Amino acid sequence: MALKIVKGSIDRMFDKNLQDLVRGIRNHKEDEAKYISTCIDEIKQELKQDNIAVKSNAVCKLTYLQMLGYDVSWAAFNIVEVMSSSKFTYKRIGYLAASQCFHESTDVIMLTTNQIRKDLSSPNQYDTGVALTGLSCFVTPDLARDLANDIMTLMSHTKPYIRKKAVLIMYKVFLKYPESLRPAFPRMKEKLEDPDPGVQSAAVNVICELARRNPKNYLSLAPLFFKLMTSSTNNWVLIKIIKLFGALTPLEPRLGKKLIEPLTNLIHSTSAMSLLYECVNTVIAVLISLSSGMPNHSASIQLCVQKLRILIEDSDQNLKYLGLLAMSKILKTHPKSVQSHKDLILQCLDDKDESIRLRALDLLYGMVSKKNLMEIVKKLMLHVDKAEGTTYRDELLTKIIDICSQSNYQYITNFEWYISILVELTRLEGTRHGHLIASQMLDVAIRVKAIRAFAVAQMATLLDNAHLLTGNTQHSGICEVLYAAAWICGEFSEHLEDPMATLEAMLRPKVATLPGHIQAVYVQNAAKLFSTVLCGQEGAPADSKVAQETSQLLIDRLPVFVQSDNLEVQERASCILQLVKYIQKLQQKDVEVAEEVTALFAGELNPVAPKAQKKVPVPEGLDLDAWINEPPSGSESEDEGRKTKGKAVFAREESRHTKPRYTEVDEKELAMRREVRKAEQANNPFYIKASPSSQKVYQEAVGVEHIPVVQIDLSVPLKVPDQYVKLEEERREKNKADRKKKDKKKRREKGRQRRGDSGPESEEDITPAHMVDIVTEEMPENALPSDDDDKDPNDPHKALNIDLDKPLADSEKKLPVRTHRPDEVLKSPIEDAEGLEVTSEPKKKSGKEKDKERKKGKEKKKKKHKQEEGEDLMEAGSEEPVQSKVTNDVAAQPPASTPEASDLDFWLSNAPVPSDPQEAAAVTDAPPASTPDAASGVAAVVPDSEPEETKSSKHKKKKQKKEKDKKKKHHHHHHSDGAREESVQNGTVEDEEPLPPMSNYAMLAENSYIKMVCDIQGNLHDGSQVVVSVIFENKCDSFIKSMEFNVMDSLNSKLQRPEGAGPHDSLTVPFHLPPGISSEARFIFSVQSIVMPQKLKGTLTFIVKTEDSSTHEKLDFKLHFTCTSYLITTPCYSDAYAKLLESGDLKGSSLKLEGINQPFHHLLARICFHHHFSVVERIDSCASMYSRSIQGHHVCLLVKTADQTVSIDAKCDEPGLLRNVLDEIKLTFSQC
Amino acid sequence: MIKAILIFNNHGKPRLSKFYEHYSEDTEQQIIRETFHLVSKRDENVCNFLEGGMLIGGSENKLIYRHYATLYFVFCVDSSESELGILDLIQVFVETLDKCFENVCELDLIFHVDKVHNILAEMVMGGMVLETNMNEIITQVDAQNKMEKSEVRL
Repeated sequence: MALKIVKGSIDRMFDKNLQDLVRGIRNHKEDEAKYISTCIDEIKQELKQDNIAVKSNAVCKLTYLQMLGYDVSWAAFNIVEVMSSSKFTYKRIGYLAASQCFHESTDVIMLTTNQIRKDLSSPNQYDTGVALTGLSCFVTPDLARDLANDIMTLMSHTKPYIRKKAVLIMYKVFLKYPESLRPAFPRMKEKLEDPDPGVQSAAVNVICELARRNPKNYLSLAPLFFKLMTSSTNNWVLIKIIKLFGALTPLEPRLGKKLIEPLTNLIHSTSAMSLLYECVNTVIAVLISLSSGMPNHSASIQLCVQKLRILIEDSDQNLKYLGLLAMSKILKTHPKSVQSHKDLILQCLDDKDESIRLRALDLLYGMVSKKNLMEIVKKLMLHVDKAEGTTYRDELLTKIIDICSQSNYQYITNFEWYISILVELTRLEGTRHGHLIASQMLDVAIRVKAIRAFAVAQMATLLDNAHLLTGNTQHSGICEVLYAAAWICGEFSEHLEDPMATLEAMLRPKVATLPGHIQAVYVQNAAKLFSTVLCGQEGAPADSKVAQETSQLLIDRLPVFVQSDNLEVQERASCILQLVKYIQKLQQKDVEVAEEVTALFAGELNPVAPKAQKKVPVPEGLDLDAWINEPPSGSESEDEGRKTKGKAVFAREESRHTKPRYTEVDEKELAMRREVRKAEQANNPFYIKASPSSQKVYQEAVGVEHIPVVQIDLSVPLKVPDQYVKLEEERREKNKADRKKKDKKKRREKGRQRRGDSGPESEEDITPAHMVDIVTEEMPENALPSDDDDKDPNDPHKALNIDLDKPLADSEKKLPVRTHRPDEVLKSPIEDAEGLEVTSEPKKKSGKEKDKERKKGKEKKKKKHKQEEGEDLMEAGSEEPVQSKVTNDVAAQPPASTPEASDLDFWLSNAPVPSDPQEAAAVTDAPPASTPDAASGVAAVVPDSEPEETKSSKHKKKKQKKEKDKKKKHHHHHHSDGAREESVQNGTVEDEEPLPPMSNYAMLAENSYIKMVCDIQGNLHDGSQVVVSVIFENKCDSFIKSMEFNVMDSLNSKLQRPEGAGPHDSLTVPFHLPPGISSEARFIFSVQSIVMPQKLKGTLTFIVKTEDSSTHEKLDFKLHFTCTSYLITTPCYSDAYAKLLESGDLKGSSLKLEGINQPFHHLLARICFHHHFSVVERIDSCASMYSRSIQGHHVCLLVKTADQTVSIDAKCDEPGLLRNVLDEIKLTFSQC
Repeated sequence: MIKAILIFNNHGKPRLSKFYEHYSEDTEQQIIRETFHLVSKRDENVCNFLEGGMLIGGSENKLIYRHYATLYFVFCVDSSESELGILDLIQVFVETLDKCFENVCELDLIFHVDKVHNILAEMVMGGMVLETNMNEIITQVDAQNKMEKSEVRL
């Protein structure tokens, strides 16, 4: 064995390491592949050895080769071996390799689960760190499920280094295993306030990432993030939060209102450009979300636009780019404020940076108007011409089309111009967007009826010159336009000047080289043309010979298509060929066929909206899946056939009922429109008349010579069809002149003065050249409006759309784990109980407080005197805004809403909502600058009272209670003066008005049958025992019996069960409960470590017995072992206390409480009572206190108070315990 | 989220590639080539952002890069990242490399790609930014290197 090791390490000296490999590759530039393949052979040999050092060296080299593109998945098992080395060096190499090449379908990943779990719990933080980093790259759903609990535990690790990694990786776990989101979320939320900035930033990161995909589930976190935003100084965190708000604000406009001010402040104050930019972005998002509701935020818009202009004008190209990007967002809602910067944006079109040009293009899209469209497009056409890269040119092309076609061609006044632009664009060599141009041509020709004659003429020219477009068949993208051209010429052939020529062009042999779908259109439309030609020829009976020649042309040419390898072409061609042959026969018998042939293609084809079919509602009572006829028990293929048949029947029905509807509308309107159009055409001198002669002139004058399609020389720059621009300008001039004439007539007196400053044309002044009849796309009757059909069903984030506000159900408190999993090793008690923390705590509080309040209330009634009442009134007056908000909130809150949701409403209600005058008033009362503080202060109070409110039985008392509550506060105020000279003894206060007896019994759980309250005390005599006294109260009218109490043990804390009982057996409660009776039982728990607070999950099962029946019920609860409950009130004399402090064994810690306005003796009494301390000495506003844990830790406190601030200096020999106790003290006071 | 981090030289030779989504080795190489093609043809004084190549999500993603001497550092990120923030992050990354390698140059990256990975792992984890504080990153990297050294001695 030893020999083997020595041999291994000697071998190693001769092995190549990574550096040697790299050097070798660099030295073998000519035969790199060959060299690497020999290296891989060597590596395979190395991997066969037992020496882990050799193996890890090999794996390290493989990682490098992987980067060069070599597949190394064959070594996956060896990688796992290296990962499981006990040495960090090798482990790290292994995990790096795994992170680079493992993925979900790597099967050896299954083998890693236990290794990773071991590494996660390693005492060495870097082992854990490396495992987390690796796992983040290759986590699979299985790993996520199996390790979720372990990672969740790590989120509370003592080292921030581990915490932040654990927090971050949870995002990946959520993605792969969505079930973990709800149980883990409370802890994730906690981490937002982690003391370590790195952990906090990680938590913000994760929640932002989650919220970006499903924002509405995270709205309730807005107050927390708001707090972070106003307090954090970390720009990374701020940027993330501000981005998150950008995503949240569309869902909740009130949030936006709250945000505007702090964001504006940040914009003014920050020096970091990144932060400034994100602020501007979010302000924009807010403004967008508000644009409907709020009348005026012009100041904010101005601020944004102005800041963005500064960015765009900056010499830093990055800022310029981002400025344009943000500007385009403003454009959508506030186009006016952007349009004033048109100069700047046009300037950016000339920027040398393509990214910037593209952004500027985006902006142009929103800036066009009827007035400047032609000018802008002309500019763009120049750029198309100059563009070097095809990407940018294609981008320009799509932009031009986008700009022109936006909102139903809203800005196009002259469609002839647009068609000629499209024709112009077909000259772009190698563009990918032929289909785009084609669909535009089709769309315009179909929907703008007035333009058809012109369009058809242009298309005929295109067809005639088809060889120029298809000349370069590799770049055949552009030949798509022939598809459109052929269809338009066929469908609207009545506008063709020389249909015969076009027909001939469409049947040229070269057509057979076009893509199949285009040929098919050619063939079909050739038939349409044929029918038109026949019509024309049969009109003159002498030409029957010519007509027969036409048929012969088709018969000659079509066979090429019949032989096509494209099925559709073949089928259409042979159908039409047979048809033509038949026609020819008839023609030979001198039968007139034109009319019948034309009938084949009668009727208009109308555009159908893209989603029309999907939106056809299924008629009531129709089940598409139901059989129309009972299926014969035949083969499956037959079944399928039937199914499709069923669908076909449905489709036919559909078309039957939509078609007549359309023609009905059309018939009436068409007549009217035709009249209008004729009148318009007659009046418009620039309109090309439809008479054959004029069209011919036009063709020659404009079409052939000026439209550059014809004179193709691809090296020649594109020529913008200026004539249309000019024509249009002239037309506008003329229109203007006409209008002016009219104006003059109307107001002769004013006319003179006005003429001088007639200024630029306004939008409305421009009348379209044609009475444009844009046919809308057809939609089925009763189409359902729906916008939800755009979502990607495969988006992994869909699974994370989970309501996080709903309190965790019992079944969710713990992450589900597979039962066979050996998970005892790592299951920490805290983590088991963690899930419910958020929900259980307020309940407990409310229980306690209710007791107190009730008692205090009584006493106050006794002691109330006139003076107090006066004070009450005054205070009540000053507190009115708050109160009105509270009542508002209560009224608005539906009984079932969750505390978080109403909390959010409450928090948000500080922002004015126009519809709610009361709330608006509340805000105007408070100075705006203080709103954030006030809001967070108030928000903190709300959760306490909320759970009470949700208990419907106590609804009526609520208001009274609140009043009492307030009185209590005044009461304390009142007595603080007199409390100066009281003496304190062992935690009880001698006072004229002693504190009401406080109860340590906290609400444990409650349902309609039973209520459980409990008190947890350490056992003085046994350092490892805690006694839990539970009072069971029967709340119902039935007898409760057979109560069984069970708690799920954790590693640290176990319920003591009688000997012989199994670790999961429950304890029988030794009594029955008649209606209305309560009784107490004690349970003893053994604990090991008392340093950390813990939570245990338990269940009470019981039988409710009524006279006629009995039901089995169950109630879940969580036992919270606070660190306080491990402390035992122990008296201590001042000299012993002094000695203890002098010993130097104790470590210190401190705590500051602010805004405590209760008298000092009440404060001390509370600490004594709730946290089991005793007062050692008290001098004025300073006191020393002492307590001892059940395991003998000394805890010493020095409490001082001054102006509502209480500082507590504490010492203890167990810092962890001390920290937790102090946290609990803090919590106690934050609740009063 | 950061989708990928690539370092390549002026000739498009990869010096480090870290993909936070899985692609096959071939696709990874294509992405590197495509990215190099997009980035390398840009002038020095143009902006550092551009839309991602077709292979890596197209316009959903952005490429944010910096060019230092012979090397391009390219981050491919989605819309949740702040562009200027990532630029700063690249700067932090490079400065960290500079500190760890003492005057970093391309050769350091060529021969010690594993170390570069280890440094990167302290900054970005699973596509999310883990740490932006250079001192903290260096502390953690040094501590791990120390551990490695102590293991060698054993």
